[in-house]
Amino acid sequence: MRRVVVTGLGMVTPLACGVEETWTRLIAGQSGVGPITRFDCSRVVTTYAAEIPFGDGTNGTFNPDDWMDPKERRKVDDFILYGMAAATQAVKDSGWVPGTDAERERTGVMIGSGIGGLSAIADTAILLQEKGPRRVSPFFIPSALINLVSGQVSIRFGFKGPNHAVVTACSTGAHAIGDAARLIQFGDADVMVAGGAESPISEIGIAGFNACKALSTKRGNDPQAASRPWDTDRDGFVMGEGAGVVVLEELEHARARGAKIYAEVLGYGLSGDAYHITAPSEDGEGGYRSMAAALKRAGLAASDIDYVNAHGTSTMADTIELGAVERLLGEAAGSVTMSSTKSSIGHLLGAAGAVEAIFCILALRDQVAPPTLNLDTPPEGVRIDLAPKAARQREIAVALSNSFGFGGTNATLVMGRGDL
Amino acid sequence: MSDIADRVKKIVVEHLGVEEDKVTENASFIDDLGADSLDTVELVMAFEEEFGIEIPDDAAETIQTFGDAVKFIQNAA
Repeated sequence: MRRVVVTGLGMVTPLACGVEETWTRLIAGQSGVGPITRFDCSRVVTTYAAEIPFGDGTNGTFNPDDWMDPKERRKVDDFILYGMAAATQAVKDSGWVPGTDAERERTGVMIGSGIGGLSAIADTAILLQEKGPRRVSPFFIPSALINLVSGQVSIRFGFKGPNHAVVTACSTGAHAIGDAARLIQFGDADVMVAGGAESPISEIGIAGFNACKALSTKRGNDPQAASRPWDTDRDGFVMGEGAGVVVLEELEHARARGAKIYAEVLGYGLSGDAYHITAPSEDGEGGYRSMAAALKRAGLAASDIDYVNAHGTSTMADTIELGAVERLLGEAAGSVTMSSTKSSIGHLLGAAGAVEAIFCILALRDQVAPPTLNLDTPPEGVRIDLAPKAARQREIAVALSNSFGFGGTNATLVMGRGDL
Repeated sequence: MSDIADRVKKIVVEHLGVEEDKVTENASFIDDLGADSLDTVELVMAFEEEFGIEIPDDAAETIQTFGDAVKFIQNAA
């Protein structure tokens, strides 16, 4: 089987625009959560979220003009803008510039989203009601379609290989990276630009997740304390937004051009719960099977794992995942660090798995596990180090990232250091 | 230049992101101003909105240049 490595990284998160800018703040224990400014939130229950810091592009702020010109931006929903920014960073970071048609045809894109152009759909529905169908923009459909991140990226860079988009709710980003790696392993492409993007912070998005009873509601006076995975006082997830994109490359292809190799995708596992539309099965067996499948594909034992980036959303499901991880690790549980970076950046839904995979890659690079913020009271009897409140310097040779989504869909990525 | 021409030009500049001096009488939206077929649909909608008129699809197809647009709107408004 062909081996797949990661040669480029890009992200836009509630901590910052940019990989290093985000990572530095994450390791320092900063939070991207705050009061909602994106829309008038006076009618919804939850009044805080993790918003991308917009600005002039300096000091880690996100300046849309840096990533798409204003004329093009009017034709896309924000999730596409974020995806374009992250993909552009990743492609640039990789240094991959296909010089021939053959190379362009061997370079593909697989960037998904959980929901896609939610705001575009909501706004257009209101316009339709108020002004009638003749006022619906010709750009409405291409601004909202989930696969248009992949489409826009392919057009910008001339990547003519497989063009695809994953839609598996909150496991989208992990599935996209795993599936894209498979396309390389199987020989459909040599290079894949893969990840996820999401822009759900809107009245309809908050109202919808409030109705599911999934969001934190009680920390309006201290939003940065709201995302608290595993803590006994957690009360739901904090909505985030952004995008994470990686460049995946066949190992020999990367070596031949002298590319910087961040990490290797060692294993990928998938499973379905067949249980409930929003809740994981209480025994966590779906997540367990996803992790076990990824380990088997990697040819590793549970005792080889050093760091786990948990799905850990700060909901009741946290302890179900914890149980599944402890079952998987068995005796090895005592030597593993597991954290949830959603404690810092909130839940980026379809982008979460991709951003968190990048955090695992940086954990492998820098030999540091990011912290779980706000974890004051861990569950009783927990055997795994959950990195409460402070990053952990430690040896990390193998990292595992979990992503679980509504509908009972699970994905696990196992990654190893690129220099081994 | 007439008030209508000014307002049409403003819309074209905004929607197509072009310099004002490029928007001349005979400038074609597609050939000279970088529009694609979806941009022209949106332009026609913007003209309808600005001038409170209705431009039927078959008439919209005859509006190829800035001058065409101004002429059509002068006659319709």
